[in-house]
Amino acid sequence: MPNPVPLYLPGDSVVHRLGAGTKLLVLLTAGVALALWRSPWQVGVALALVLFGYAVARLPLRTLLRQVVSLAWIAVPLLVIQWIFASWEIGVGVVGSFVTLVLLAGLVTLTTRTTAMIDVVVRAAGWLRRLGVDPERVGLMLALGIRSVHVVLGLAEEVREAQYARGLRASPRAFAVPLIVRSLRHADRLGEALTARGVDD
Amino acid sequence: MPEIRVASVSHSFGDGAARRPVLRDVDVVLTEHRIGIVGANGSGKSTFVRLLNGLIRPDAGTVTVDGRDTVKDGREVRRRVGFCFTDPDAQIVMPTVAEDIAFGLRRRDLSRAEREERTRAALTAYGLDGHADHPAHLLSGGQKQLLALASVLVTEPDLLVLDEPTTLLDLRNAAMVRRVVDGLPQQVVLVTHHLDLLDGFDRVLVFDDGRIVHDAGPAEAVSAYRALAAG
Repeated sequence: MPNPVPLYLPGDSVVHRLGAGTKLLVLLTAGVALALWRSPWQVGVALALVLFGYAVARLPLRTLLRQVVSLAWIAVPLLVIQWIFASWEIGVGVVGSFVTLVLLAGLVTLTTRTTAMIDVVVRAAGWLRRLGVDPERVGLMLALGIRSVHVVLGLAEEVREAQYARGLRASPRAFAVPLIVRSLRHADRLGEALTARGVDD
Repeated sequence: MPEIRVASVSHSFGDGAARRPVLRDVDVVLTEHRIGIVGANGSGKSTFVRLLNGLIRPDAGTVTVDGRDTVKDGREVRRRVGFCFTDPDAQIVMPTVAEDIAFGLRRRDLSRAEREERTRAALTAYGLDGHADHPAHLLSGGQKQLLALASVLVTEPDLLVLDEPTTLLDLRNAAMVRRVVDGLPQQVVLVTHHLDLLDGFDRVLVFDDGRIVHDAGPAEAVSAYRALAAG
């Protein structure tokens, strides 16, 4: 199953050495910029810059291709719909900016340790302390979000195998119900483990 | 070794007609280095060990670890009592191995350098140094359980509670976990169905229907448990 949230790949490239805060700021700025400017050539330039970033970071080509493939199931239908109901320029702009931003986010997570990102989020959320919010918890939510994607993908794979073993090949309900139940059970056990590790204290 | 004192503890799950007692008036004091707990499924052993670091609050009675009440002084107790669950996947929080070990140290008053040093030492001690940056979800079952153990032990608890840590593991991985547990200087409370893990333990409690029905050395307790299981 394609992995929508690629994990950190160790390296010593310029992109790896950039601070987590800088990379998250670039991601935020790119998000705002691509919401404002999304003509085909503007998106093309942005996409080329992101691909250049992958090259500079010396990330394996298959890592990039895996992400592109995992995006195709949503990007292609979206492009077709936009093309039919709007125009090809709008289609390329919308889908191109979406793909560019997801790949840029992938570049950030592939070259930045989760703990470094959490440190940035905890620092940025420091002002929330005045409102009674623990910034460490905000950072923990980010970490759990990233980790949970892989857990749920693993559970989905197990449910699909169990479904096939019982001959239920195309039953959305037979897939969704156990997946939801198992995900909730996992959340329950994770909560208990977090309490045991003193996160609640 | 820490003194674990469980005094007149009872606990139930569910409400009304669905209320099911899982511990009935349990009284025990544990001071030994290695304490094993055995019993059938539903006998109350997992509930019992969850009392030891305040994961479960008893309906009646008190639980103290070195005089600290697990309900009133929960935070202090959890800093001293590490807990390792059956399913390592449920207790791995961070995406990569080294980050998960370091996670337990985030809320301790340690500098970044100290955290990194202790993480490195834990990686080496538990044979995970080659996997520091590996995604935790891609480790083998045994390595995941070692990671779960390392993540708890890096915080240097005085007491380690393990709830069936080898249930999901094959023989080789179970032996690996056993070697780690055998080498620990801390007090250990181990719940297990793998009775051979209890060889060399100081004391073994046998649970049945929410009560401690045998309390002896491993050989005597295990044979009593076998007799109980045989009906």
